Amino acid sequence: MSDSGQRIFACERALGEPCEAPALVSSYTFSPRYDLDRVNGIISRAGHPCEGESIGGKILVCPGVQGGIAGGWAFLMMRGRGIGFAGLVFGDVNPVMVQGAAAAGIPILAGIDRAIFAALRSGARIRVEPAQRRVVLL
Amino acid sequence: MMQLNEEERAIADGAQGEAARVALEQQIAVGDFFDAERFVPVSNVHIMGDYEVMGDAGYDHLRRLYDLGGRVRVPTTRNAQPVEWEFAKRLQQSDAFVEHERPVRAMLSKLGVSLVDTCINYQSIYTPRMNEHVAWGDTGTVAYANSVLGARTNYESGPAAIAAAITGRTPAYGFHLDAVRRAGARFRVEAPLADVADYGALGALAGERVRGYWNVPYFDLPQASPGSDDLKHLSASLASFGSLAMYHVGGVSPEAADFPAANRGRTIAADISVSRADIDDIFERTTPRDAACNLVVFTAPQLSLFELERIARLFRGRRLHADSTVIITTNSMIRAAAQGTGTLDALRETGALVLQGVCWYIMDPADMRKKFGWTRVCTNSAKLMNIIKAHGYEPILRRTADCVETAVSGRLA
Repeated sequence: MSDSGQRIFACERALGEPCEAPALVSSYTFSPRYDLDRVNGIISRAGHPCEGESIGGKILVCPGVQGGIAGGWAFLMMRGRGIGFAGLVFGDVNPVMVQGAAAAGIPILAGIDRAIFAALRSGARIRVEPAQRRVVLL
Repeated sequence: MMQLNEEERAIADGAQGEAARVALEQQIAVGDFFDAERFVPVSNVHIMGDYEVMGDAGYDHLRRLYDLGGRVRVPTTRNAQPVEWEFAKRLQQSDAFVEHERPVRAMLSKLGVSLVDTCINYQSIYTPRMNEHVAWGDTGTVAYANSVLGARTNYESGPAAIAAAITGRTPAYGFHLDAVRRAGARFRVEAPLADVADYGALGALAGERVRGYWNVPYFDLPQASPGSDDLKHLSASLASFGSLAMYHVGGVSPEAADFPAANRGRTIAADISVSRADIDDIFERTTPRDAACNLVVFTAPQLSLFELERIARLFRGRRLHADSTVIITTNSMIRAAAQGTGTLDALRETGALVLQGVCWYIMDPADMRKKFGWTRVCTNSAKLMNIIKAHGYEPILRRTADCVETAVSGRLA
């Protein structure tokens, strides 16, 4: 907790510029190929806790990742269509997500304090600060 | 922060062109993220790049690099593509889908990428030696390179692979480093593994149990003697189910003379016995209530010449059922070899479609499902079993001989 009453969650690794946006919180590991309608920017995987939700302009917060190489193009593709994530916050991460975020110019943080999943709900506004390696719940 | 050598500082300063500078900048960002201390030169790059995965923005990214003077500086090959020009109309691939692919091919070619269109580059094109650093895309190729060949690569997604091709290097983190390659889980497999599908099933089981890129399982296989195609399916399945990039097989893979050699002091997260029943359970998961099945697909990964020959033999001169479709994918090199040996003609006489340069699951199978009325697919590929559910199919994993019998009878064997 900061002096201003904001809750702050540390992470281990980070890349990119700071940004502020609503959170999209998922308890599932994330796969761009299997979870997303990459043309319309919607969580499309049947049974996914965020099924049907738009990802555009949101910061994804989820415990881990899965899937393969194809995800590396996905962030670039969706950003080009104006429907992509504003930022990415993961527990565990693999190189594909980091490479994809770097190519698309999206901030990505990994090794996030797991307490964030109990404290944060989708729609809450957060700020990611890669240089400080932290997420601030506003 | 990554330490750059003299040549890398020159690239960062733009001395080798703007494309190389941009590519290196992106690589440094990734390297710093993973605490890489330096770059390692790579001798070979393998890239996944097609319109289905990259869209217009991906194409624009490639074109920008080309316009900035970017050209590959090490041999670079392309993964399987989504369009089979000879069979596009037969498979009712839409004109838009087909036409989008042409400029991507042309741009990759202009950048210097060899359009070999294969996900079995290690069986057909280039086999890196032990400790050779490469930058490969396609998860199955990565798992095979690290595990079976002892080469060193991380998952290099499309944008990262083209960057590595242009700079000729990649950040030294992950599986380029000795410590990361140590086994951290052990599977004692007390079951005979007789078919590539058995190895795929083992990959599914292990991938689910030790899911995560940084995990490295070790397999004891006292009742099995895997060949290249077996390990190809194990690699693809482990990567698909668990996002794993490396494994060891005791007495088989080059860094695993035995468990201590592969483990080298890493904490063991799991020690699991695998029985024949455990393997059979993977197949049973996909057993439907009734036996109807009119689609059999051999793909993911593309087939070797010997896999094609085996399937041709299993048909024993029979044709597939009148209501059935059989799709087999390989690359142009293997198909040319099969043409020379008579295997291609033998397969064609069964009624099977032998496609080249593609992998079926990236050919928009959801669209084919609607156009052909397919609902189930029988396959010997555990990777396909995992992937194809996302395209609306009910997958059925069977051993190769059972897949052929299913194709001949039109009903699940």
